[in-house]
Amino acid sequence: MTCTDYLVVGGGMLGAAIGYGLARQNLGCTILDAHDRDFRAARGNFGLVWVQSKGADLAAYARWTRCSTELWPGFSSELEELTGIDLHYKRSGGVHFCLSDQALADRQAHLMKLAAASDGAFSYRMLDHRELLELEPELGPSVPGGSWSPHDGHVNPLYLLRALHAGFIRHGGNYQANRRVKTIEACNDGYRLVTEQGEIRARHLILAAGLDNARLAPMVGLKQPVYAQRGQILVSERVPKLLNHPSNYLRQTLEGTIQIGDSKESVGLDDGQSVHAMAKMARRACQIIPRLSQRRIVRGWGALRVLTADGYPVYEHGGNAWAFSSHSGVTLAAAHALKLSTMIRDQSLDADLQAFTANRF
Amino acid sequence: MFHDISHASRQPCVSLLLDGKSIAVPAGYTVAAALLTQHRRHNRTSPVSGAPRGPFCLMGGCFECLVEIDGVSNRQACMVEVREGMNVCTQQGAGELTTDPETLSYEV
Repeated sequence: MTCTDYLVVGGGMLGAAIGYGLARQNLGCTILDAHDRDFRAARGNFGLVWVQSKGADLAAYARWTRCSTELWPGFSSELEELTGIDLHYKRSGGVHFCLSDQALADRQAHLMKLAAASDGAFSYRMLDHRELLELEPELGPSVPGGSWSPHDGHVNPLYLLRALHAGFIRHGGNYQANRRVKTIEACNDGYRLVTEQGEIRARHLILAAGLDNARLAPMVGLKQPVYAQRGQILVSERVPKLLNHPSNYLRQTLEGTIQIGDSKESVGLDDGQSVHAMAKMARRACQIIPRLSQRRIVRGWGALRVLTADGYPVYEHGGNAWAFSSHSGVTLAAAHALKLSTMIRDQSLDADLQAFTANRF
Repeated sequence: MFHDISHASRQPCVSLLLDGKSIAVPAGYTVAAALLTQHRRHNRTSPVSGAPRGPFCLMGGCFECLVEIDGVSNRQACMVEVREGMNVCTQQGAGELTTDPETLSYEV
């Protein structure tokens, strides 16, 4: 049986970021990852580093999100210097397209509420069609407007994940794939986990296994009430520059593809695709950028978001065990790596993050 | 560099334009095969690095053989059969998008 000081269950966006942050503090850390074919939100991600629209009903979440996006530029440079992997991170400001007058009015009300709860720390601007056209000259004539925020940006989420793993290993972390955890029990000096490939003991346990957290957390007395929501993504062939900013519905990658997203389906544990959702996304994308209709879609996939009933993260701590679930793994990666990991070391969750415990449900 | 070991060379030829130059190739060839008969080293440049690219997998998987065919960019040359009078152009980067509203297929 092997032993480790800190054991992270899950090598996705949360587990890899937390593991990276622990290893970076020279703490002995092992990440147990499961299988390539498992549900992996981290590998189906859209790649927004996003503030606008997050946390209107929970100020602590808006603060945590802003904190992470402030850390992101330095975090990105740190990872790139350490691993040599260019994350394609760009903090260009972001656009939220509204496709009807009603959507535009709702958006304004939503952002006013978010700004009111932010003590002036959140900046945004509502844009009518003409103003939006100045930011995005390819905008279609039927889009009434949108919102813009300087806090937002985007990143290649696959390079991010790869860099987190590479950085974790560079800092001495021990990454083990194909080790799904079967059972966990507390023992006198920590936890004993039975995995597909033998047992492992840990003094400190961090559960970051995405949807599987719902199964694992109760084994150590923690709650992770998460469910799956499917999102699909379409990717176009490479096109000349059509978009200057990332947005809620589409973004152009550095290589030139347009990524189209933001479908939401409740279909249980099915990460496949549906023509209905794909057609809706494609129509919407062509309404926003009409010239996109000249080009073809070359890839698409479905993935399962890890969501809670109110959409906010759920962070739990008890004994030497922690459990974390969040839909915003990319945006929060910097805060998870640089802040949360030190709270784990100090065995104390910051007061502001107590808002994320499961007793709110 | 390449020679035809199929019976296609006995087929009647079709003529097409390749970067403005008329060439004749056997009917039934793909555009990629037509490019190879011309001993072309590349048919496009990468939109990321600008490096030259040529047909590679010849079965629709690699997207390296992209060319402009009859005004449409990013066509996979290996998946399109030659036609009489076809206009094939090598492609720079991601290719051009039209601004002509008549050619926008999507109604907005």
